[in-house]
Amino acid sequence: MQAETALGRVGLWFLIMLAALAAAVGAADSGFAAHATIIALVAFVMIWMSASRFDPVGKAQGFFQMPEGPSRYDDDPIRWGVIATMFWGLAGLLAGVFIASQLAFPWLNIEPYLNFGRLRPLHTSAVIFAFGGNALLATSFYVVQRTCRTQLAFPGLARFVFWGYQLFIVLAATGYLLGVTQSKEYAEPEWYVDLWLTIVWVAYFVVFVGTLAKRKEPHIYVANWFYLAFIITIAMLHIVNNLAVPVSFLGAKSYNAFAGVQDALTQWWYGHNAVGFFLTAGFLAMMYYFVPKQAERPVYSYRLSIIHFWSLIFLYIWAGPHHLHYTALPDWAQTLGMVFSIMLWMPSWGGMINGLMTLNGAWDKVRTDPIIRMMVMALAFYGMSTFEGPMLSIKSVNSLSHYTDWTIGHVHSGALGWNGMITFACMYFLVPRLWKRQRMYSLRMINWHFWLAALGIVFYAASMWVAGIQQGLMWREYGPDGYLVWSFADSVAAMFPMYVMRTVGGLMYLGGAIIMTYNIWMTLAGKLREEKPLRDAAYDPQADRPIVNQPSAVPAE
Amino acid sequence: MANKRIDEPTGVPTVGHEWDGIEELDTPLPRWWLWTFYLTIVFAIGYVIAYPAWPMIDKATEGVLGWSSRGQLAEEMSAAEQARATMRERLARVPIERLEEDSELMQQAVAGGAAAFRVNCVQCHGSGAGGNQELGYPNLNDDDWLWGGDLKAIHYTLTHGIRQPGDDETRTSQMPSFAGAFDSSQLDDLVDHVLSLSGKADASNAGAQLFADNCAACHGSKGTGNREIGAPDLSDAIWLRGNSRDAIKHQILEPRMGMMPKWEGRLNPVTIKMLAAYVHSLGGGEDFLEVAADPEVKVDDQP
Repeated sequence: MQAETALGRVGLWFLIMLAALAAAVGAADSGFAAHATIIALVAFVMIWMSASRFDPVGKAQGFFQMPEGPSRYDDDPIRWGVIATMFWGLAGLLAGVFIASQLAFPWLNIEPYLNFGRLRPLHTSAVIFAFGGNALLATSFYVVQRTCRTQLAFPGLARFVFWGYQLFIVLAATGYLLGVTQSKEYAEPEWYVDLWLTIVWVAYFVVFVGTLAKRKEPHIYVANWFYLAFIITIAMLHIVNNLAVPVSFLGAKSYNAFAGVQDALTQWWYGHNAVGFFLTAGFLAMMYYFVPKQAERPVYSYRLSIIHFWSLIFLYIWAGPHHLHYTALPDWAQTLGMVFSIMLWMPSWGGMINGLMTLNGAWDKVRTDPIIRMMVMALAFYGMSTFEGPMLSIKSVNSLSHYTDWTIGHVHSGALGWNGMITFACMYFLVPRLWKRQRMYSLRMINWHFWLAALGIVFYAASMWVAGIQQGLMWREYGPDGYLVWSFADSVAAMFPMYVMRTVGGLMYLGGAIIMTYNIWMTLAGKLREEKPLRDAAYDPQADRPIVNQPSAVPAE
Repeated sequence: MANKRIDEPTGVPTVGHEWDGIEELDTPLPRWWLWTFYLTIVFAIGYVIAYPAWPMIDKATEGVLGWSSRGQLAEEMSAAEQARATMRERLARVPIERLEEDSELMQQAVAGGAAAFRVNCVQCHGSGAGGNQELGYPNLNDDDWLWGGDLKAIHYTLTHGIRQPGDDETRTSQMPSFAGAFDSSQLDDLVDHVLSLSGKADASNAGAQLFADNCAACHGSKGTGNREIGAPDLSDAIWLRGNSRDAIKHQILEPRMGMMPKWEGRLNPVTIKMLAAYVHSLGGGEDFLEVAADPEVKVDDQP
């Protein structure tokens, strides 16, 4: 019976491998052939693993191990998710530092595979979807089990979600380097990779909702509302924005279902809500579980969490047109994009308030707990960039900032400050718990990481603000005779010092992540660093008072 | 299940639920938060009344201010046009040969030309108009001109371009390829002779003879070039494609010849005039009559 099952599996993977090889041979272009070859390789690995997993004694061990029993949470996919988050995070940050250097030193463009045009989507997808996506997968599986007091529903499907998502990342990343792209920002992968992601995402939805359905708690915790909003909305955005007609079923190229300004609006409806629901709602979900856990304090306001959740998800979805100010988009759509963005300010800040004020009664931990410090920094940057966003959406501000590096600075104060910092804090929380260690290898290294990252963000954001405002002013400067003063190339040349500073900031941020990787590595190895604890000098409130009811001391003569 | 209690550090009651140890406080909405939220909504309502906002069946509401982005652009453009209208009309009327006589107009033309140069010319000639020896884009700051450096000649080059197919009046010259014509010692002698014209090498009789037989017809017996046919001056210190021995050999054996777009039809006649004035002003501009037989210049009357 077992032998038959194993044989059946091997046969199935063998058929997939054959189909992939046939697709590689018959492919209409080299990018599609490369991707089919990758699928064939994965299928080959699966054949090999299915065969070696065949265990006549019936002791299923190893790679696809299911949870040990009903009394344990199903944490394997979460452990893989943490490792994947770190791996893709390093890759994405490295790509970021490299393309930042390319902008300062153009000779670093290595044609054709490593030029800026191909590496830039590699960087954005690696940090958003690979680093951020894996963090969301891992934390959502962790949080939904804990707050529902139950195991993951469909454990097999949960494993498929994890590995399927990694395959999506590999296909997307290799595609960029090989020049396979549908040229939609943050949605560059072509039609077949999009279809694959849709399957994986629906499986993710099924696992998450299945787990909510079998919860042992009467209510659904606020973090899970945010996770669910993120999963559902991303599914909708992904499907609509990627509607396309492939040129050939054996070729990478496809044509989009929309054209012209409709395409642009669909794209920025998608693009803005990728920020809203992937990088905001999803990460607020992380915040809502891990900040109260680490601070050991109740959430500040239940009412605020309800109001800001519903107002956030209702308003965010309309704000996309602010990416298309002063374009062919009709004025009325630009107006709506702007006013919805402005109304979004307070709902966004609701999350910051609820996070920061949760520390009421535990603010002293900012001094002694570097993880709390990271969370506070993350929330502060979240607040800053969600103020900056509505401000930049105002048309008169946008007419200065649009197409300049100010936008890049805005994105990175959110991405590095909010998404990066909160993810790092959650990883530091998770690692000792997932691998059953007493604590992280070193708390002081977390502190180093914190300061390197914080300083890196300051370098990055400050240089991009200066660069962006300078660009905007140079592009619109008229001389006394009424002619433009600068050529575009002048403004490019003027950016050099800022681009170098930005690269330095990125390097510091990457340096922090490398320290984190080492710290996690040593924690996994079961080591504890001998170091001075992160505590203040001793304080005894009993001794800290004047002496009363006692005669004045007389000095001895 | 409700397990409400008062949270000690804050004095606020909890809601009574608990998930994995996390409780929630029953803190009311912060007033400043709520009022700022209302304020943004009031602003939004006011804004959508004032500006185009709601899509209807035929078109969107226009807003009580009557503003539109196209309308604003048209207003700003016409204001800028009007501010320059007089100057443009005068510039359109004046023949290029007489532009310098009106120093105020010339000044305005140079300013306008500088702006147009930054948009249309810097891609090849560089933002400082310094050109590029490697790619063969001429430096426009010096006084070495392939086709003449007075206003009329520059204007003609701008109008018709260089080696532009489809324009009978375009400037055209051809340096023949001498690949296979010389053996290597002859080639060395010739290169020596070319360099000797500007004092960078010693001349030899052999080289001089080769130059006289093969090159002097266009470049002149002393290598001073000929602007009528666009043959470069080889006797000065300014080189279009570099003065290394390799660069010169390359140009003899496999000559590279650049192109310049014709701007007639792409830029309006006034802008072309302004560009001519700007390039002329860069430092090497020449007065008239230095070049004997320049092609006839047409004066544009249309702005």
